[in-house]
Amino acid sequence: MNIPEIVGAGLIVIGAGLGIGRIGGSAMDAIARQPEASGKIQTAMLIAAALIEGIGFAALFAA
Amino acid sequence: MHRITLVKILTLLFLTVTISVKAQHDTPEKETVHVESSDSEKGSLRTEIKEYINHHLLDSYDFSLFSYTNDAGEHIYWSAPLPVILWDGGLKVFSSSKFHHGETLAEVDGNFYKVYHNKIYKTNAEGTITYDDHHHPTNAKPLDFSITKNVTVIFLVGLLMFFMFSRMAKSYKKNNLIPTGFGRMLEPIIMYIRDDIAIPNIGKKHYKKYMSYLLTVFFFVWIINLLGLTPLGVNVTNNIAVTLALALITYVLTTFTANKNYWKHIFWMPGVPVPMKFILAPIELLGTIIKPFSLMIRLYANITAGHIVLMSIIGLMFLFKSWIGSPLSFGLAFALALLELLVAALQAYIFTMLSALYFGMAVEEHDDH
Repeated sequence: MNIPEIVGAGLIVIGAGLGIGRIGGSAMDAIARQPEASGKIQTAMLIAAALIEGIGFAALFAA
Repeated sequence: MHRITLVKILTLLFLTVTISVKAQHDTPEKETVHVESSDSEKGSLRTEIKEYINHHLLDSYDFSLFSYTNDAGEHIYWSAPLPVILWDGGLKVFSSSKFHHGETLAEVDGNFYKVYHNKIYKTNAEGTITYDDHHHPTNAKPLDFSITKNVTVIFLVGLLMFFMFSRMAKSYKKNNLIPTGFGRMLEPIIMYIRDDIAIPNIGKKHYKKYMSYLLTVFFFVWIINLLGLTPLGVNVTNNIAVTLALALITYVLTTFTANKNYWKHIFWMPGVPVPMKFILAPIELLGTIIKPFSLMIRLYANITAGHIVLMSIIGLMFLFKSWIGSPLSFGLAFALALLELLVAALQAYIFTMLSALYFGMAVEEHDDH
């Protein structure tokens, strides 16, 4: 592995981490506001996180 | 009856633990040889760990639990041979023990075969492999339908699921719609998939025809992911071909059960200006392929990443060579294994969930908007 690849992989992980972190944080906020809707919020959160993760992995393979 | 099941489970647990303890016992023995040698051995140890990880991630022609080098310097393998099935101007079936774990050639009906980088090549009697400029072998590759380790595990999981669920179905019939034994544990999971995955995403009208696939794929992926965490060294979902096949089934089901509405949304999106429709059509068409592609990559990459990290952490033990290494690597590996238990279920859930979502798009009625 050479340096551009490592830097690229790092950038991808930072991006994906920020994205999933934001989703998790927003989901926490939403659950705190409406605890009765937590089931639906969790499902939506997982789907969004999975989509970001998929793109992140695809980029990692390209890097 | 219950006691017998308990005894069976305990025996299985005991066996798994003994095998793993034995495996751990044997590897340090091998490493003591390295400790005695000079510091430059650290580099070779690192490559050895890397090679071991790469080897684990590949499919193999025998079901091997572990191998070690004994005092006499011979490689001892704890493994079971599996059948090799080749099509090379006629069907050739032989046991993979003929390869001696890739160390020797296999002679079948006057033809010689060699395992090179986990693929079977046809060679001459000396087993020479010729290369092209890019160091790819140019030898003839016979069509390979072998029952490899992954195929064996898939068959076993299929059988297990068949017996699990047919017994459960029988117990419903016998017992007035109340499942007995193990079925009691499965019922809430099945209900969860129906009520929280299938019905909200696909809709009450159409969900029934997709239930069988969703249940199968959920339990298949889950059981196989869990098996990947046992010391058996099973790694089926980190083979991209397996996840490709699973994603392909989702794609085919989506495409062939789609209604008029779905295709209309792809080729002639309603409610947007006409020039935009021409731009959107190719994007949407590409989207139908990207969706199953992302399913494939997600499952494959998650499980592969988990296995690589777990084995690298176990490899730390051999690199540190001090009292810090073992507790550190044990603690990290234990924590990571717990995380992987979650990931195993989560990936099965995500796969099922997204499949249901795609099916839901395919059968969406027009008046849903």
